[in-house]
Amino acid sequence: MLHIVNKSPFKYRNLDTCVRVSEKEDPIILIEDGVYAALKGSSIEGLMKKTLEDHPVFAIRADLKARGIDEVMEGVEVCDYSCFVDMVEKHVPYSWL
Amino acid sequence: MEEQAPRKIMFVNRKAPHGSIYAYEGLEVILIFGAYDQEISAAFLDDAVLSLKKGQDTSEIGTKEFSATFRVLEAYGVENRYVERESLEQRGLTEEDLVMDVDVVDGATLRKYMGEQDVLLPF
Repeated sequence: MLHIVNKSPFKYRNLDTCVRVSEKEDPIILIEDGVYAALKGSSIEGLMKKTLEDHPVFAIRADLKARGIDEVMEGVEVCDYSCFVDMVEKHVPYSWL
Repeated sequence: MEEQAPRKIMFVNRKAPHGSIYAYEGLEVILIFGAYDQEISAAFLDDAVLSLKKGQDTSEIGTKEFSATFRVLEAYGVENRYVERESLEQRGLTEEDLVMDVDVVDGATLRKYMGEQDVLLPF
């Protein structure tokens, strides 16, 4: 399954819950306000480190750029829309709305 | 005619800039109020501190980039601009990451300022 997270991790617990209930190795893609999870030095870095141990994590370039984030946490892969489409083709997507 | 004393009005911003229209609408309303002779404050806490982050470029998501507009708040008479310290630190940001001059205050101080207002408008 491909987990799509579009909410700020500082306001919603979607990312926590996603990590808690997802299969190991399931990819997680951060889009829209979800990309704030990739901020370096934030208070959710601990959760993200735990997430990165079990999951590949991607963040959409356009959403990072829109929010002025030019450096992401180590381990997070920056991905454009075409890589998003590739992942949706390979996995069943689930959006944590 | 008797002149009415200016009222203390605070805009309390709590939303991230591009995930919804609230942050932009909040800014527009602050600017409109700035044109009137009132004592306006703008407070930024929770995800609203992200609206003030430098280097935003929305050209690829097709929405308006409005962070630079915050710099005109001072010229519009919005003298009091507060950012809550904890919200900033939670997001790994410092005052230097922000597009405008603000007072970084702790939660207790902000609560005190909020208590001094005649009107509080949430965005």
